Amino acid sequence: MLFDALTLQLGYNATLVAIGAALLGLSAGATGTYLFLRKRALLSDAISHATLPGIGLAFIAMTALGLDGRALAGLLLGSAVSAGLGLLAVHWIATRTRLPEDAAIGAVLSVFFGLGIVILTVIQTLDTGRQAGLEGFLLGATAGMLRSDALLIAGGGALTLALVLLLRRPMTAAAFDPGFAAAAGQNLKATDLALMALALAVTLIGLKVVGLILIVALLIIPPAAARFWTDRSGAMAALAAVLGGLSGYVGAALSASAPALPTGPLVVLTAAALFTASLLAAPRRGLLAAGLRHLRTRRAVHLRQGLLALAQGQPIYERYTLRLLNRAGLARPDGVATEEGRAEAAKALLDEARWALARSDPDFEPSAALYDGLRPIETVLTPDELAEIDARLAPRGVPA
Amino acid sequence: MPKPSGLTLAAADGQTFAEDLSASPLALRGLTVSYGAKPAVFSVDVTVEPHSMTAIIGPNGAGKSTLLKAALGIVPRLSGTVTVHGRPLDEARSEIAYVPQRASVDWDFPTRVIDVVLMGMSRELGLLRPVRAHHRERAADCLARVGMEAFAGRQIGQLSGGQQQRVFLARALAQRASLYLLDEPFAGVDAATERAIISVLKSLRAEGKTVVCVHHDLSTVGDYFTHAVLLNIRKVAEGPLAEAFTEEHLQATYGGRLATAHIGELALRAV
Repeated sequence: MLFDALTLQLGYNATLVAIGAALLGLSAGATGTYLFLRKRALLSDAISHATLPGIGLAFIAMTALGLDGRALAGLLLGSAVSAGLGLLAVHWIATRTRLPEDAAIGAVLSVFFGLGIVILTVIQTLDTGRQAGLEGFLLGATAGMLRSDALLIAGGGALTLALVLLLRRPMTAAAFDPGFAAAAGQNLKATDLALMALALAVTLIGLKVVGLILIVALLIIPPAAARFWTDRSGAMAALAAVLGGLSGYVGAALSASAPALPTGPLVVLTAAALFTASLLAAPRRGLLAAGLRHLRTRRAVHLRQGLLALAQGQPIYERYTLRLLNRAGLARPDGVATEEGRAEAAKALLDEARWALARSDPDFEPSAALYDGLRPIETVLTPDELAEIDARLAPRGVPA
Repeated sequence: MPKPSGLTLAAADGQTFAEDLSASPLALRGLTVSYGAKPAVFSVDVTVEPHSMTAIIGPNGAGKSTLLKAALGIVPRLSGTVTVHGRPLDEARSEIAYVPQRASVDWDFPTRVIDVVLMGMSRELGLLRPVRAHHRERAADCLARVGMEAFAGRQIGQLSGGQQQRVFLARALAQRASLYLLDEPFAGVDAATERAIISVLKSLRAEGKTVVCVHHDLSTVGDYFTHAVLLNIRKVAEGPLAEAFTEEHLQATYGGRLATAHIGELALRAV
């Protein structure tokens, strides 16, 4: 059944939901990247929790008007208004008082969420008989979603994604160097407002699928995972979008094959699996790569120190150094250099002397900037430059 | 060039000045900035001479960087006006290139050296215009001018402090402006970078551009600059070094913070 869901064989509605969730994930990953780079990711948590009172009040208002209280468009409108108020409250506290923004976010988030829960509880005591389903906005519920809802979600996701694409340059500039961007005439307030509006749009689109408690995860986890793979903001946004889209798609498919499970947690767990894989396996920034790099550097440093000690006739104190030299056949177990070891040691000493000269002479500065204590100098200088250095070293009696 | 001393009260609409400021690349009138109750910069008038290299100097906390940021509209002005070649700031943004302090950005940001330089072309690229080969070539030329062409593809986090400063200068060059405003460009950089930066700035001046630097090293003022603005919350003096960078003005700006003998020596060296 899961396979059927993943290959879109579960019927028209489940297919629409999966596509909608994928578009939601794409837009969330892309938007989240710019929140992440602007260091405003947590603000989206305040936005999402602040939607709850709006959902409840919109339901009450629509029911009182004799409409269907569960109409998604109406509920989203209500949640947009209350989330907007929540954002304003955070902004007002952070700019008008001396409280830091994280304190404002914490206060607004919990107060709005508490108010929302009170309103939902009141609705349950009302005799409307049709309130069931609002709880689905907390953790996401795609089972029994209307076709029009799925289309609304897919359309909203696609539109948000297009807007992120349109605004990526000013958003990148504001995140990297806001002072420079402002000096060049960019309106930072407008840029930040647009970024918040995009985060709000993602939250609204994601309410039905992921739920307001977990939507922040879909905005933060894909960019955080993407950061491990790339050093370019554009590539990061694209990759985060793909990871988010994949999470949405797989999560919705899992949910379709197991309707008892809420959709939001499944989407988030899928994203978390992708994040964990990135954290471990990414080629340069990943933990495994970092661990291997550390071991390699440690080995190279010890080998070099050992050779220099041999060259200068100093004793080798560290067991690890001695073991390395032993294994490489450069020294005997008692720390005395082998013939090969003496040759290597002389080479290391010459390299040090050449580097010392290169680094003291401004003519070699561009190359000397590459000095890291380990890199052999012949990988940096041309043979001519090396010959010049050796010619200057020779009179000082350094073995050439 | 004597200036009227005392306060200049600026009207918000900037219309009340009979003075013609169109000759000056950057003119500040009555500029005041306050972060709280205490002004960081108080009613400062500065008229930057065209084709000059002007140093803004003063002790720590004198408001040097704040003055520059307020002139650029990065921090809000409490009062005062800014004109660029006689025009309001917002109409003249394309005339200005800005080099902020190196420490003001997160250098772990996912971007490469060449992309930072391309950010200097944001006004011409707009939202959607694609980055073309000629943009990249120009960015590479700007990097070459600061001796960083070999680093174009590097992630910015791998650069040394001096290299970061040169990349910032290359980004400002990419803005193709007539007025260059730099905030402590020599702070914490190596000697080679300092030489590279000053030679670029001098070549800009030779091309007819105007350069203004917030500067903290009094011993190099005489070698690097033609004009100086002495600031300590209020402006103490401005003008060519021979007029402004004098023992008397330095004493008034720094108070007891510099030894008197030292001040005399600095001022003499500049003249």
